[in-house]
Amino acid sequence: MFSLEGITTSVQDWLFMKFNPTMALAMECVIVILLSISLFAILGLILVLMERKVAAHIQIRLGPNRVGPGGMFQTVADTLKLIMKEGLVPDKADKFLFNLAPFVVMMVGMLLLAPIAFAKNFQIWDINIGVLYISAVSSLSVIGILMAGWASNNKYSLLGAMRSGAQIVSYELSAGFAVLTIVVLTGSLQLSEIVKAQENGWWIFKGHIPALIAFVLYIIAVTAETNRAPFDLAEAESELTAGFHTEYSGMRFALFFLAEYINIFIVCAIGATLFFGGWMPLHIGNWEAFNHIMDYIPSSVWFMGKTFFLIFLIMWFRWTFPRLRVDQLLNLEWKYLLPISLFNLLLVAIIAILGWHF
Amino acid sequence: MFLKDYISDVVNGVSSLLKGMRKTGYYFTHPKEIITEQYPDNRATLLLSERFKGEVVMPHDANNEHTCTGCTACELACPNGTIKVVTKFEVSPEGKKKKAIDTLVYRLELCTMCNLCIVACPSDAIKMAPNFEHSVFDRTKLTKVLNQPGSKIREGIE
Repeated sequence: MFSLEGITTSVQDWLFMKFNPTMALAMECVIVILLSISLFAILGLILVLMERKVAAHIQIRLGPNRVGPGGMFQTVADTLKLIMKEGLVPDKADKFLFNLAPFVVMMVGMLLLAPIAFAKNFQIWDINIGVLYISAVSSLSVIGILMAGWASNNKYSLLGAMRSGAQIVSYELSAGFAVLTIVVLTGSLQLSEIVKAQENGWWIFKGHIPALIAFVLYIIAVTAETNRAPFDLAEAESELTAGFHTEYSGMRFALFFLAEYINIFIVCAIGATLFFGGWMPLHIGNWEAFNHIMDYIPSSVWFMGKTFFLIFLIMWFRWTFPRLRVDQLLNLEWKYLLPISLFNLLLVAIIAILGWHF
Repeated sequence: MFLKDYISDVVNGVSSLLKGMRKTGYYFTHPKEIITEQYPDNRATLLLSERFKGEVVMPHDANNEHTCTGCTACELACPNGTIKVVTKFEVSPEGKKKKAIDTLVYRLELCTMCNLCIVACPSDAIKMAPNFEHSVFDRTKLTKVLNQPGSKIREGIE
């Protein structure tokens, strides 16, 4: 059976056999960096194409279908165009911050990749406070966005960045509470522990209604956190041209664009890990035969399947719902999501203490 | 009472969002609904609506006869001088003079497809045709003569 675990262990054995431990570790670091960068590039290409195709089919169109079979190479062509395009810097912009901002946003995405379990025993860094690490690092991206908005010396950029700041700071709370419900149920912050706890059923089934509510809250909050429609006030095309990346062009713009999709992938991966069991196959209680059949599907396929399902869900939101106004956005968070998530956390604590979950 | 309103607010909001998602989900899962016309590829099978207004034409029957009497009603109705009717007098075998058209000049580049000439025509001599591939390399090619060479007015049209 195909498994990524086998590949990693054989690579590690080979490295430790050939080189001294320090060298081997350094080489492993390089391999991990290369793998994560290539994952980013491939994900960017796939997700942009997927978004365009999903958008087209939802709007009863066909979408890109000229470059390559079924429009497969459309995003490759777009990337080539962006690479060759001149990267303009506005005259009165703060050059240093302007150039730094896209990399800050990208770096946050790269840091968030560390604790995600892509398959069974295939994880860059199985840190014991994984969930805390994720919620701490994910809100750093607002710094990059504020940097871009401020450095551009453009009122639209600044407005977009300010909105994005308000939005991310607010929605961080309910995303955190939604994640906490699962932490309460599992009793661990470590992502591998959380996955292991779902061996006999995913939390979305085992956790009854509170887990379901937490999932809905999580998906709403992360849609807002990644600045996606219907919460895309930070780059509202019809009001602010392109929000915080109005002044960006060429490869710097491509980095912002890529970072948006990488962030979607990461929040969906975390959502899949917390609520849908990460790489854990679909197990139902003690149906041995059924569980056994499900185990034959590689764990990486399970993980990617769940993640892409959640990504599709977020894309579905984007192409269905109209954009919120900024006051509606903050109302939704402070008057609805936050009270509900607080109440939900209380409920889940009662369930966890009394042991009502499966 | 406040709590009841609050909960019904949330339930209504979620259910209306789900209603929207159901509609878009239906479109996503039913590729049959796609309305995109892949134009240059489907040129042979392209279906245009009967009412499509692409250019003014003058239908001729098998005997190369039209029904235009040369009354210039279309020329008068045209708001931007697209149509120019050049009339002549034909002498019938009985020696009576009869007004007829020499040429009906139609300048496509000026036409806004407003349909006023077709409405004004008393004998339904001209109509709108569903042609839209009008691009040419020379502007003079857009000035067209609508009556075919050697065409006559049909018998019995006054």
